[in-house]
Amino acid sequence: MKFDLKTQTVREVNQALHDLPKDKQAEVEINGISGDHNLAVGMDHPVKITLNGHAGYYCAGMNKEAEIIVNGNAGQGVAENMMSGKVHVKGNASQSAAATAHGGLLVVDGDAAARCGISMKGVNIVVKGSVGHMSAFMGQSGCLVVCGDAGEALGDSLYEAHLYVKGKVESLGADCIEKEMRAEHLEELSALLKEAGCDDNPEDFTRYGSGRQLYNFKVDNTSAY
Amino acid sequence: MTMEKPGLIESATFSRDVIHEIQRAADTGIYDIRGFGAKRKVPHFDDLLFLGASMSRYPLEGYREKCGTDVTLGTRFAKKPIKLDTVVTIAGMSFGALSANAKEALGRGANIAGTSTTTGDGGMTPEERQNSKTLVYQYLPSRYGMNPDDLRKADAIEVVLGQGAKPGGGGMLLGQKITDRVAQMRTLPKGIDQRSACRHPDWTGPDDLAIKIQELREITDWQVPIYIKVGATRTYYDVKLAVKAGADVIVVDGMQGGTAATQDVFIEHVGIPTMAAIPQAVRALQEMGMHRKVQLIVSGGIRSGADVAKCMALGADAVAIGTAALVALGCNHPKWDEEYQKIGSAAGFYDDYHEGKCPAGISTQDQELASRLDPVDAGRRLANYLNVLTLEAQTLARACGKSHLHNLEPEDLVALNVEAAAMAGVPLAGTNWIPGKEF
Repeated sequence: MKFDLKTQTVREVNQALHDLPKDKQAEVEINGISGDHNLAVGMDHPVKITLNGHAGYYCAGMNKEAEIIVNGNAGQGVAENMMSGKVHVKGNASQSAAATAHGGLLVVDGDAAARCGISMKGVNIVVKGSVGHMSAFMGQSGCLVVCGDAGEALGDSLYEAHLYVKGKVESLGADCIEKEMRAEHLEELSALLKEAGCDDNPEDFTRYGSGRQLYNFKVDNTSAY
Repeated sequence: MTMEKPGLIESATFSRDVIHEIQRAADTGIYDIRGFGAKRKVPHFDDLLFLGASMSRYPLEGYREKCGTDVTLGTRFAKKPIKLDTVVTIAGMSFGALSANAKEALGRGANIAGTSTTTGDGGMTPEERQNSKTLVYQYLPSRYGMNPDDLRKADAIEVVLGQGAKPGGGGMLLGQKITDRVAQMRTLPKGIDQRSACRHPDWTGPDDLAIKIQELREITDWQVPIYIKVGATRTYYDVKLAVKAGADVIVVDGMQGGTAATQDVFIEHVGIPTMAAIPQAVRALQEMGMHRKVQLIVSGGIRSGADVAKCMALGADAVAIGTAALVALGCNHPKWDEEYQKIGSAAGFYDDYHEGKCPAGISTQDQELASRLDPVDAGRRLANYLNVLTLEAQTLARACGKSHLHNLEPEDLVALNVEAAAMAGVPLAGTNWIPGKEF
């Protein structure tokens, strides 16, 4: 099945995607994309969707089950609040990639901008390049893997998300600390790298997590709040 | 000035309450966190009066001549606007802040009265969906429990930018209320002090919001109305931007609006009174040619049918109640006074919703306390109260000669004092003087 955004509207394409049978596999190709917003949002189907071109905001937003490939860059909030499935951005991703996502896997072949994985709630994210500042801010659950560098204030106000960075971390945010890489973490990281198609060595990564010092209000933490 | 006995004079600046707060701050080193809304006295609907019909206008006959109370919300873009029998709706309150029984009671009461309820920061529970015929799903900065399946089950979506009790602040749910179920719904560790985000994670500013709203519409195939809720501050500008961003309905929550937990300093010192916000919102809508096309819901300190009718007269399409609905369920009821005393409060004063010790079983996650609230009985109490609000508002509308609550107009109102006249934009009683307006 093929769509062309030069002749069809985003509304028409999304409605056609939502009307696909929920129990059948299908392959869909969308062409003629020029930064259009809200492409393939709200999918609830085990389909494979290939987007040829640069996607605008919220591409693959709230995805469930679908595998969505972006042959280009993705704008703000790609795969935001994803529940399951897989989103693969072959180019770079703008800010707030996979924001608040509860599940599934986001792979970014290039770099991801600021706030990658903000408020993540169970999603796994693998960025083959670097991530911008405030990534994994208030991250609650899931894993953020960065094969390049991380910007300022990584993991600020972090809850229980697992962060793995291979390169340099500009600075850690409030209550984010370096942690010991134990066997179970190497196993978790290896699996994610493999699933994302990376051949990086898990041993080269450093693990970061919550210091759990801000979990309950304490008088002496005033400057951290 | 209060005198303990002749010669002992209480300071107006350093009252006993102020002295107590300084002592409390010195003892604990942390700001006071509490629930409820602003407790300070601010210009309010009590400062407005209706001009009933007499020689120049005809009143309608009570009980005989029809006075409509229904409202349709979301007529701008949604394929399925919401139709309610009364203009009084139930404001967003979360499972987590409230017990499951309290949420069920809100749904039951609203169903009987023919109105809507709203979820809160923490997602939609299956019980809540089941017990609410018309349910508005809040889309909040924290996105706790945010789920596209629930989004598709909602009758409307409310994008929350802020609330009247704390415009510019995020929610709080302290550790004692983060039980296993609440923790699981919010993907958080049990027992932590949870701080909700104050900004949305994936958009900044009204231009982004327009795209975000379009995303929500695409996901729900343009079926349901999208509300934008703001705390009342720069209401004129916020309403204009909300219309531009594509809202079907705008909710403006004044500073008297309640909360489950926030710093007292926030509740009492940020935001503007509800009465002051409505004329700003209406002016913004009128200037854009959108009054009555984008519906306006106002909330914050609405207690009686008189308050409802005054909101309508100032130009609102509907109102929302939160604190008053909880009181109708049984919050602060005198039958629990002994227990309120045990936890350092009293019936009529209780505001420590964040502690989770609510004797009435409403703002708690303690199963034993929660079981004290019978959702059927409490739902009936809420329905009774909603019916009284509607009947009272109708009574006033008929007295002004109006065949629908929406036909009330600012010309039906006068103000008792200069402040209210200036804020509401209606004349001081007995004069034709509206402060700030030229004739």
